[in-house]
Amino acid sequence: MKKILNIIIVSCVLVFSTSSFANKIGVIYDSGGKFDKSFNELAYKTALRVQDELGWEMVEFEAANNTQIEQGMRKVADRGATLIVGMGFAQADAVASVAPDYPDTKFVAVDVCWLEDPASNIYQACYKEHEGSFLVGMIAAMASKSGTVGFVGGMDIPLIRKFQGGYDQGARYVNPDIRVLGNMTGTTVEAWNNPTKGAELAKAQIDKGADVVYQAAGGTGIGVLQAAADAGVLGIGVDSNQNWMHPGNMLTSMLKRLDLTIFEQAEKTAAGTFESGIHILGLAEGMVGYAKEDGLVTAEMEAAVQAASKGIVNGSIAVEDWSQQ
Amino acid sequence: MEFISDIVSLLSATLRISTPLIFAAMAGLFAERSGVIDFGLEGKMLAAAFVAATGSYFLGSPWFGLLLAIVACVSLSLLHGFASVTHKGDQVVSCVAINILMIGLTTALAAAWFGQEGLTPTLNDEQRFFEITLPFADALRPVPIIGTIYSEIISGHYIFVYIAYTLVPIVYWIVFKTSFGLRLRAVGENPSAVDTAGIGVYSMRYKALMINGVLVAFAGAYLSTAINANFFREMSAGRGYLALAALIFGKWHPKTALLACLLFGFTDALQIRLQGVELPIIGVIPVQFIQALPYILTVILLAGFVGKAIAPRAIGQPYIKEG
Repeated sequence: MKKILNIIIVSCVLVFSTSSFANKIGVIYDSGGKFDKSFNELAYKTALRVQDELGWEMVEFEAANNTQIEQGMRKVADRGATLIVGMGFAQADAVASVAPDYPDTKFVAVDVCWLEDPASNIYQACYKEHEGSFLVGMIAAMASKSGTVGFVGGMDIPLIRKFQGGYDQGARYVNPDIRVLGNMTGTTVEAWNNPTKGAELAKAQIDKGADVVYQAAGGTGIGVLQAAADAGVLGIGVDSNQNWMHPGNMLTSMLKRLDLTIFEQAEKTAAGTFESGIHILGLAEGMVGYAKEDGLVTAEMEAAVQAASKGIVNGSIAVEDWSQQ
Repeated sequence: MEFISDIVSLLSATLRISTPLIFAAMAGLFAERSGVIDFGLEGKMLAAAFVAATGSYFLGSPWFGLLLAIVACVSLSLLHGFASVTHKGDQVVSCVAINILMIGLTTALAAAWFGQEGLTPTLNDEQRFFEITLPFADALRPVPIIGTIYSEIISGHYIFVYIAYTLVPIVYWIVFKTSFGLRLRAVGENPSAVDTAGIGVYSMRYKALMINGVLVAFAGAYLSTAINANFFREMSAGRGYLALAALIFGKWHPKTALLACLLFGFTDALQIRLQGVELPIIGVIPVQFIQALPYILTVILLAGFVGKAIAPRAIGQPYIKEG
């Protein structure tokens, strides 16, 4: 009897150990959906890169609502993920409670940088979105002919006010008299996934004279950029390079290089050099920026933005973080 | 001048936002007047949005997309009828089943066909409806008041908007001025009397549900092939429920239901424009409060001004033939 039991145990161990030979990257997506052409999709594409270039396997979880996140994260950890990427501030609590229970699993928490980390296995990455937004705000002000530019945010949370604040300051840096319109889509997670409302907000801003509209609204942003393209004004994308979405109507995109963060941590995990900690990543680290490819950024704009970028890095230009207000 | 252009923009947005609500409310009116609860407007709108975007993408014309959306919605309405009219199942349960099924099915089909959960490919210009400039809009623009109203507020919408507003008087005429309408209302009030008069209760209810499917398809197609250029997961975003509320709010009458839809559209358009705006005396109102405004207004109006909403008497009851 004991022998049989031993055989079963040994075979179980074999089965599980063979399946966990390959490293696995687990991605938990934020509301807004995996294919938001922005934040979540960038994580998905990076995970694909990790799969192709580093030979990892991929495990994914997309929560239907925020209460499922922790359960989903545990499931992904149970399925043997080596590195789990939690996308978005809404996953902070889940990461905080799951990470200590899986000390051998590494975690990357994107947009989270305030957790205690008893098991030292969380890489917490926050970005200085206000710095990147400052640059696209400058570009917007330089491209605007009407002297009015707009911003459409997703859910009304401090993080999104960071985007708005940077944009506002950047636009005013170029043109102190510019009018910067700002709208938030909503106050619930639904606000990340309501393109019709996004389009309506953009149209309201365009009616008020805005000829450049910047979105930081997840899936809602698809509607914002569509409305801008339909009205023949310029759109500014966010997180990943969205310039390809409406060629000729996209000015630029504010880049948040969470792709670099995720890929780098996957490489480090594989090499055994993963280090936990809190990281605030900005222009100086090259982790925020703007996209030129397929956009309409002129050489003149680029020169001005490069100069300001240097100023931000060396501290001569101070960009206020509106999330702190 | 700034003030006038704000008002123009507000009214124009009201017409635009109310449109899907009007289609859905008129659809619901036919079903509910015949005695069948239609809680499934939300799911049908979602299905229509998905089918319209997909059909338009594959067939290259938004009109084909709309046609397919109509087929899809009529089928769903018939399914609802089959469960709740023919088999006398619980009408609310059948509707909830349709709503939940459509959320899952549209997401899953998008994943299977396009490899993207809950998203269809972006439609190009030929695959989408476009805004129509009404005749003489440009010529009339300089005329004070009338010119502004005509060329800035009334002109320049998608064809759906014009269909929606012409639909309301037609619905009124059908429901209150034709013998079909009389029978429809009678079936919803007193089906056994109608049966005694030799009119088929089931066939009346099925006819009402088919009209319901056709109308709600317009609401969905408007969302995915006119305002937006693709289908998006759960893009109906509660508009089906809101339309049903407008229908009840409007006491199951096309004219008042239209007013309710316009009110919802107006408050929504207003809250967008009030965000971050400094008002005299009050100052800047918090976003949260502004976004709750449409609902607060609804509760106040519903509680204080509208009075009792009396439903068709036989609503929700499956008709069981005696003998």
